[in-house]
Amino acid sequence: MDDNNTPHSPDESEDQKNSTRRNFLKNLGLAGVGVATGAAALYSGHIFEAKKEVSGDQKVLLTQDGKLVQVDSLEIKALEKTGEELLISQGREGIPGRRWVLVIDLSKCRNARKCISACQDAHQLRPEQYHVNVLQMKDAPGTAPYNMPKHCQHCDNPPCVSVCPVDATYKRPDGIVLIDNDRCIGCRFCMAACPYSARIFNWIEPKDAASHQGKDYNVELNVPQKLGTISKCLFSADRLREGKLPYCVEACPNGVYYFGDENEDAVTNGTTKETVRLSKLLRDNGGYQLMPELGTKPRVYYLPPKNRLFPFEEAGDATPEKA
Amino acid sequence: MTMDDNQFTFDKITSDLTHHIRINKGFLIWMGFLTVSLMVCLYAYSIQLRTGLGVAGIRDYVTWGMYLANFVFFVAASLIGMLISAVLGLIGMKWLTPITRIAETIAVAFAAVAGLVIVSDMGRPERLVYVFLYGRPQSPILWDVTVITTYLVLSLLLLFLPLIADMAIIHRKVDRLPSWLKPIYKVLSLNFTDNPQQNKIINRAIRTLLILLIPAALSIHTVTSWLFAVTSRAGWDSTVFGPYFVSGAFVAGSAAVIIAMFFFRKNYKLQNYLTDLHFNNMGKVLATVSLVYLYFNINEFLVPGYKLKRADAVHLHELFAGKDTLLFWVVQIGGLILPILFMLFHRFRKPLPIMLISVAVLIAAWFKRYIIVIPTQEHPFLPIQHVPQNFVHYSPTLIETMITIAPFILVLIIITLISKFFPVIPLHETAREKGIEHFKFD
Repeated sequence: MDDNNTPHSPDESEDQKNSTRRNFLKNLGLAGVGVATGAAALYSGHIFEAKKEVSGDQKVLLTQDGKLVQVDSLEIKALEKTGEELLISQGREGIPGRRWVLVIDLSKCRNARKCISACQDAHQLRPEQYHVNVLQMKDAPGTAPYNMPKHCQHCDNPPCVSVCPVDATYKRPDGIVLIDNDRCIGCRFCMAACPYSARIFNWIEPKDAASHQGKDYNVELNVPQKLGTISKCLFSADRLREGKLPYCVEACPNGVYYFGDENEDAVTNGTTKETVRLSKLLRDNGGYQLMPELGTKPRVYYLPPKNRLFPFEEAGDATPEKA
Repeated sequence: MTMDDNQFTFDKITSDLTHHIRINKGFLIWMGFLTVSLMVCLYAYSIQLRTGLGVAGIRDYVTWGMYLANFVFFVAASLIGMLISAVLGLIGMKWLTPITRIAETIAVAFAAVAGLVIVSDMGRPERLVYVFLYGRPQSPILWDVTVITTYLVLSLLLLFLPLIADMAIIHRKVDRLPSWLKPIYKVLSLNFTDNPQQNKIINRAIRTLLILLIPAALSIHTVTSWLFAVTSRAGWDSTVFGPYFVSGAFVAGSAAVIIAMFFFRKNYKLQNYLTDLHFNNMGKVLATVSLVYLYFNINEFLVPGYKLKRADAVHLHELFAGKDTLLFWVVQIGGLILPILFMLFHRFRKPLPIMLISVAVLIAAWFKRYIIVIPTQEHPFLPIQHVPQNFVHYSPTLIETMITIAPFILVLIIITLISKFFPVIPLHETAREKGIEHFKFD
């Protein structure tokens, strides 16, 4: 029994005295460490408290189970949105500070239709479903025919958005008109209202529906496509978010497309990757819009088919509809 | 008239106007036929529900087909309740009394079913509730939902209020009714005892409803016309579309009322109440509204036809001399011009001829909506290229046709049931007009 709590007998040895001193020192050391730790704890607590007390602004919030609680405004942290919720909210908000614009140089289009296939691959579309279609145009009997890629014009005064009864199709601050196919009721009023015939409908089960099942719906890609809802050109909003050019613009082998930001007054050619001034490009080449008299204010500009680089060829027609 | 007014007694009127309220073999066979037909058509709709709108002939260019033409037709036919009861009734035309309930029944049946017709055109019918959850007031669809619901409620009330007195009479005075029907009539009669105060309240309520009905009815078809007129497409981009549709609606509705009058008169033996005079007058009404409709047709085709703007020129050419020419001229001549000419003569306003003319007018009225809705979409501003043939030209499918027929069957079922279990001709009002006031209720 060498415990130092035992009462000392008068005849205890020198060893025992030494042992007692050692224990004292040991206890002193322990106490020192304890005090230091306690002080450190107090200090960090003080810092924590100090941080917490910067704002005296108390907010009353409703919890999920319906209780009212009071919380300091600095303690309120927004929940990070994830998955589909994030895709929907960022898809509604758009990309800040941008005003996207597309320029189509008709003198360069030889109807290669690479834009169409790139687009259809990206957006889960059948061969007869077009977000972009290349039309063979002839304006008057005396004028020359030309090829005209036709996208959604992403109008600044979009008739489709006005007539939508449920806010399924909407205009974003960055200029893009999108469709939320989780919201769309399939009334097709937007198709009737669009003078550019830019919209398509999933009349039958979308292509490869089985393999897309259960995937998070990306409103900026409109994939997975859904039966009984609308689709159309999205200016490849998903690619723009990654800082890339749209699928069609990138796929064109003939330098037809320029895409960019009106705010920066700069557009980039998808084939040559050359970036030019938007205003200069339109001014020098007589840029125009499709049916501006309808007051739709399109965000797509065309450069006239003058000095065409390629001869006009009649294209094959009528892709069969596959069930 | 076949019978002098003083030959009518209260008991005779009651018996004449209620003797059809019984379940007989003919009724059961007719209802059985309607029910089976409806089931077959609902099976067609179940296929559309499972596989999508692709079972119909509509595609990306002609995106609104027969379903929408049908919707416009149903809204149109429902407008007659307002013309007969409100417009003509409020200016005091007494001969209308036996026709008002027929007109209101048609209005209620078509307005109620119109709401279902539009659901058959939805790609996602299960999301119908989104219109109420996320509805945006700048969409004419929201306006349409609002005014059609309002009109339906007003029409239902207008059908019900004059029935209160009739129910009171029937459950007290008619003994041979099936026992399960009597308590229903008693409940519906709301303890009506024909005292002056009750009559005053009911009459005042009816009058208020009639006045409210006029703007509501004008709204439903004007807004329906705006579903087209708010777009910039040739053939739809028109400022007279509202009155053009409203006047066309009166044509369709008057024809429907005349056809209904003819069959009720024959089947329910109402020759003493629906007389040659009523057919003659309704013939005049139909001729008048047809002339107004003709006037708007001339406006609608002559003005753009004079200018021939590029898109209008293509559209009008297709109608006048192109792909849709046969349908267009048969509808315009056979359904509008010839009927007007015939109806100028008294002998064509006799019951049978005016009924046959009305059948022609009503069928033409349906195809007229087809002509308004479909051809415009077959030539949009930009060419239709690189798509399958069935995208270029619209041709309805069998399933689509069956789904289009279903609402007609439903309307017939509703009209049959209402007319079978309630007096087709207002009992209380007829008696009062024949000079038999204040029946003594025990």
